[in-house]
Amino acid sequence: MSGLVMPALNAQTIARRDEIIADMKIIVPGEGVVHTENGMRPFETDALTAYRQMPLVVVLPETVQQVSRILKYCHDRNIRVVPRGSGTSLSGGALPLGDAVLLVMTRFNRILDIDYANRTVTAQPGVTNLGITNSVQHEGFYYAPDPSSQIACSIGGNIAENSGGVHSLKYGLTANNVLGIEMVLMNGEVVRIGGKHLDAEGYDLLGIMTGSEGLLGVVTEVTVRILKKPETARAVLLGFPSSEQAGQCVADIIGAGIIPGGMEMMDRPAIHAAEDFVHAGYPLDVEALLIVELDGPAAEVDHLIQRVETLARANGSTTCLVSNSEAERMTFWAGRKAAFPAVGRISPDYLCMDGTIPRKELPKVLAGMRELSEKHRLRVANVFHAGDGNLHPLILYDANKDDELERAEAFGADILRLCVKVGGVLTGEHGVGVEKRDLMPEMFSEDDLNQQIRVKCAFDPNHLLNPGKVFPQLHRCAELGRMHVHRGQIAFPDIPRF
Amino acid sequence: MTRFTPTTPEEVLETVRWAAAEETPVEVLAHGSKRGIGHVTQTEHQIDLSKLTGVTLYEPEELVLSARAGTPLAEIEALLAEHNQELQFEPLDYGPLLGEAEGRGTIGGVLAANLSGPRRLKAGAARDHILGIHAVSGRGEAFKSGGRVVKNVTGYDLSKAMAGSWGTLAVVTDVTFKVMPRAETEATLVLRGLTEEQAAEAMSIAMGSSGEVASAAHLPESVTGRVLDGALRGKGSTLLRLEGFGPSVDYRFERLAALLQGRGTQGRIDGDGSRKLWREIRDCRPFADGTPRPVWRVSMTPSEGHRMVMALRMEAAVDAFYDWQGGLIWLRMEAYPEAEAVRRLIAQFGGGHATLIRAHPMVRDGVPLFQPPARGLAALSQRLKEQFDPKGILNPGRMGF
Repeated sequence: MSGLVMPALNAQTIARRDEIIADMKIIVPGEGVVHTENGMRPFETDALTAYRQMPLVVVLPETVQQVSRILKYCHDRNIRVVPRGSGTSLSGGALPLGDAVLLVMTRFNRILDIDYANRTVTAQPGVTNLGITNSVQHEGFYYAPDPSSQIACSIGGNIAENSGGVHSLKYGLTANNVLGIEMVLMNGEVVRIGGKHLDAEGYDLLGIMTGSEGLLGVVTEVTVRILKKPETARAVLLGFPSSEQAGQCVADIIGAGIIPGGMEMMDRPAIHAAEDFVHAGYPLDVEALLIVELDGPAAEVDHLIQRVETLARANGSTTCLVSNSEAERMTFWAGRKAAFPAVGRISPDYLCMDGTIPRKELPKVLAGMRELSEKHRLRVANVFHAGDGNLHPLILYDANKDDELERAEAFGADILRLCVKVGGVLTGEHGVGVEKRDLMPEMFSEDDLNQQIRVKCAFDPNHLLNPGKVFPQLHRCAELGRMHVHRGQIAFPDIPRF
Repeated sequence: MTRFTPTTPEEVLETVRWAAAEETPVEVLAHGSKRGIGHVTQTEHQIDLSKLTGVTLYEPEELVLSARAGTPLAEIEALLAEHNQELQFEPLDYGPLLGEAEGRGTIGGVLAANLSGPRRLKAGAARDHILGIHAVSGRGEAFKSGGRVVKNVTGYDLSKAMAGSWGTLAVVTDVTFKVMPRAETEATLVLRGLTEEQAAEAMSIAMGSSGEVASAAHLPESVTGRVLDGALRGKGSTLLRLEGFGPSVDYRFERLAALLQGRGTQGRIDGDGSRKLWREIRDCRPFADGTPRPVWRVSMTPSEGHRMVMALRMEAAVDAFYDWQGGLIWLRMEAYPEAEAVRRLIAQFGGGHATLIRAHPMVRDGVPLFQPPARGLAALSQRLKEQFDPKGILNPGRMGF
């Protein structure tokens, strides 16, 4: 990546590479250690392909004990470790470091327990998101969070990123659907949090772990709750002459007390790209398209569809199509789900951003994006989880043209600054990783960031686990531990006044 | 003793800075409505947040509300009700159980105790609805986490870290919660005469159906007469709550009744009756008997709850009822808390934890009121505490460490 600075390489570690490889082979016998250039090549990047780096060595453990021994070994020798699931991170969360062991969890691929009475699945972290649903769908159950990479992304990675998906407005994010984990700390200690019960005891360590981007511990087992599939699901396709009207329709639907299973918006460039690609039947004469999915008992869905149609008409919708079969519902979604590859067809490269904004700010942000598009001389297409305000602007560029990547990155950074400015955040579901790391000060003060790093210090005081990610600067724990408060420098040393 | 009553976040910061500099422990409280829970250490100073009040942002269409931590929960619930919205996790009110007035407590306390209610099964607890916080750490530094939007993975989720921390990590000054529309109506399917084992099975079938059951509780014969002014006196009652739009509730009710045909005698409680019933279950009204007899709140694997209780009955005199499909058990002991037996049996039946919510002061002193965490977890929790509050000045010992 253009200006990305990663932690300085530890020359001692690199000098001992052969020894480390030999020791890893003792801990993980068989095929679990990859160290040749060709063997490691597939691991040099994740889904943020603009960044590439060969790791020191790739290790694929199969047991919790192996994970524990690897981490303890590295801990005792001050060797960095980068954990990786399926490598689908869009923020470079699994980007290797030249002096770090890349700990790949894909061999942890078994479902351990399915408990219909309590509606839980316990799985190893390398099981894919869709793999969880596949294990229970014959009984009519599913796992609700459904990131678009669900066919490939691992449930362990979902914990690391607190993954969402189109259904998170109604069914919550990973954090709301995970009940327990087993994890290994950097010092090799194995810790279990929660289980099949609903409230984990003590501090909410599960809440801290979820979305911690592999900086706190390596998850080795996950228990999630599963849900019974809704009786029916129907989708409504609504076209509007302006994004303002579409935005108002979203607000009105929620204002009416309706929480749809999914509510997605696309802007004109995204609609055209998707329609050209999959022919979903999207109207081409509209500025904004809404897909509203209602799920539940048939009686409820029919009732709500009528109400949504009424609200859409009141907001000037020019197209209103209701799915009348499962096939038709899937067609409505096909365009949205293919939006990324569709944009990939009209541009050699694209950068996918991931800000979240208060919904009402959408028109302002879209207008701002149009201005930025002119300023940076690059096109942008928008898909938007409208229900929860999560924007995915796709910036179109060509990496082979001299400065387009730099301009695309600058454009992306400007979009995220705009999101923060209107009360939003840098990332809704893709994570900070390396991509948004240096933008963290846009949202957080030094004290805010230091308190987060102190949490890391409780888990990994030597900063050996996934360094260079999330935090622009990882201050040493000893330094952060000092109290800078001294008697006499306080506003009132004696009895307070209020 | 000094009681600080800051009225602004800046005054909170100033106070904690002073306490940190003096290395003097402070008790953080507001209404004190949950002061009977956990180990309250006598500290020389208190930080009273009950004057740090006010809703600072409420946008119904955006489903978001921000308030100062000391804002009364009752005030927030009333405001939301005006817009037909609510805190979907329906925080319980410990007042009646602890022999105090009802309707007290603040929004900050809701987060600090990670409150929830019978809808926990479907809608989660306070931790699942908190979007952002502003707080002052025990180091005397103000920090924020999260924001006002639902989807947010920017940095660690320190807002969730505050949930259930009982004020031992930081003094929260501002909270932002997700709010949700209130269900248009609700109804409860009542199954009478099931044993606890049969009830567990019926609740499991109901929760595993596509009927979107919001709450599932079982009141054994000894308890069922203590709700709805005695209207359910007699045989045990298994209760299944359905919420939503009118036609949807009726439709699902019929489907659920058909699914559970033959399991006990069926009845229906509608609208306000249903709301009152679930509020009484939420607040543990059956054991709000004005006595200091020990009451445990147990969280464990739902299908194992009744097995644990049956085993416990062989060892101690206990009255019990079940919420969360059996995963939340309220236990009222006749005499002593029997902490060893309760926790041993929870571990034996799949694990979980028990908190002693009510007990005579004489009894409380000798019992770990919160579940002592497993060894590795205890050390990690201790390190986390030190990173927020290295001098141990905030609510020292409240959670047992």
